[in-house]
Amino acid sequence: MTEVISARGLRKEFTVRVKAGRLRRVTQVRAAVDGLDLRVERGEMLGYIGPNGAGKSTTLKMLTGVLTPTAGDVRVCGLRPVAQRTRLALRIGVVFGQRSQLWWDLPLRESFDLLRHVYRVPAAEHAARLRRCRALLDLDGFLAVPVRQLSLGQRMRGELTAALLHGPEVLFLDEPTIGLDVVSRQAVRGFLAELGRAGDTTLVLTTHDLADIERLCRRLVVVDHGRIVHDGTIADLHRRYGSRRLVVADLDVPLPQPPVLPGAPLRQVAADGHRLVYALESAGVADVVAGLAGVASLRDVAVVEPDIEEVVARLYRSPADPAQAADPAGPASAQVAGPADPVGPSPTQAADPPESAPTAGGPAETAATG
Amino acid sequence: MADRPGGTLAAYRALLGAQARSQTAYRVSFVVDLVGNVGATVFDVLTVLVLFGVTRELGGFTLRETLVMVGLSACAFATADLLVGNIERIPRYVRTGTLDAVLLRPLGALPQLLLMDLPLRKVSRALFGLAVWVVAVASADVDWTPGRALLVVVAPLAGVVFFGSIFVAAATVSFFWIESGELANSLTYGGRDFTSYPVTVYGGWFRGLFAYGLGFAFVSYHPALALLGRADPLGLPAWVGWAAPGVALVAAAAAALAWRFGIRHYRSTGS
Repeated sequence: MTEVISARGLRKEFTVRVKAGRLRRVTQVRAAVDGLDLRVERGEMLGYIGPNGAGKSTTLKMLTGVLTPTAGDVRVCGLRPVAQRTRLALRIGVVFGQRSQLWWDLPLRESFDLLRHVYRVPAAEHAARLRRCRALLDLDGFLAVPVRQLSLGQRMRGELTAALLHGPEVLFLDEPTIGLDVVSRQAVRGFLAELGRAGDTTLVLTTHDLADIERLCRRLVVVDHGRIVHDGTIADLHRRYGSRRLVVADLDVPLPQPPVLPGAPLRQVAADGHRLVYALESAGVADVVAGLAGVASLRDVAVVEPDIEEVVARLYRSPADPAQAADPAGPASAQVAGPADPVGPSPTQAADPPESAPTAGGPAETAATG
Repeated sequence: MADRPGGTLAAYRALLGAQARSQTAYRVSFVVDLVGNVGATVFDVLTVLVLFGVTRELGGFTLRETLVMVGLSACAFATADLLVGNIERIPRYVRTGTLDAVLLRPLGALPQLLLMDLPLRKVSRALFGLAVWVVAVASADVDWTPGRALLVVVAPLAGVVFFGSIFVAAATVSFFWIESGELANSLTYGGRDFTSYPVTVYGGWFRGLFAYGLGFAFVSYHPALALLGRADPLGLPAWVGWAAPGVALVAAAAAALAWRFGIRHYRSTGS
């Protein structure tokens, strides 16, 4: 059996009391997760993304036995997460970026030692895993420091170690890089990539930082309003939502009329006509360059790879109707944002970061806060 | 993966050890806490002594007889408060994510919460409660039989289980209603005050509810009657004093069910 996670029709409802009039309150049922089907094979690295309130954390909490699903069938490592919670806990590792598994007042080393007892790990195995984490995550400098005095980056490296010391088959990570500085972020990503290369640990990662996904995950699951709106590779996502590689051509002299090239619609004219941006649909880079070189003198040509943030931001903006978002003639041919301006410091600069994507009116995860 | 029971016990012991280390790290404040915690129980005893300064009987009972109830109540409550009392912090555990963290580990959630936050400073109070119990029984002219010797040991234990169950059941309410702390306190601390006096001093529906509806009469009143060999002025048969362990077990079962229900309906917080 290589299927590590299977969920069918997974659903979690929260009841919230909403003001209706001055004194009256009505109870509303909101589905944070609404009929989720998910299968994950052993050794997969799965990126699980969605806007705030999409149901990511709720899903993870149901998969790990913290929350009881309202409906649906879940198995993780062949076990039912809530009913067999303590048995499952021995086989999974969990890092919640905003939760801690460490003992606040004790040195990091003592937390690790306690977890050895909590998870009943043989001393030799524990020592070997700790040695590996110490080397890869550079823990030696702060093993003797009480956890409350650690920086966020140090603590997160400690949390990762804590989640792995019992050799879990599945590692769940909920925003493991949130709030980390660049160096710590690189350290965490590098470590997870290394873990994934070994191939025997299944990894499920939620994040708002799409660079985590691009670096780590082949498979990407996008949820919104508690439903899966995309499940496939990152390339699938680009294909489906019509994001294209772009050819950015800088001309010596602006053309009065930019040429129409077959298979490569014009996306943007910038810098007073000195810059033309074409999207590669069926045409290749060479076709576009040849087509332009015939009518103008080229100063520079650049190819811009499609940017996942832009795609996902677009996905979040019209999430209620994935069919519309999937229409390449829709947003793609309208005003181009983001990668069309490659001279900026980052090609993604113009696109809204997904964190700010509107989520109002959705069955927000914050409904769970009670 | 097979679980080794010895391994589970060792895990709980390790959690307790960690809690002891982090609490005793600051020695002076720990000692101050130890002393301060005796205070509340001292006041309970003083209150009764003061009452008997103005009256010779309380609800039909003498000072010595009443002190048996005070001692039993103090001993049982202080020990339950030491072992289980911190469960009233459940709203904080929910808010800070401690409950999530605990649910992700391969151990029972309730024992973990209790051990990870065990207020060792309350040990002094439990010991003082025990001392009051011993002194009260010693000075009460008990007509010793093997049964009463057993009851002297079993009654406080049953009381601990009963108060512990009240703590857990009351805390479970806050899974659903975060601001339920006052209600919980009225049951736990109110229950302690209630059991410090013979139930005959209370009247009407109030006595009915607390003494027999919730079962507080079985913590100190009825066991004390059985120990002292006194008939119940309210007319219940003598064997009722021996029902305390049974009542405690029923309470524990109810509390366990409530806890389980609470955990299954736990909503967690944000991300």
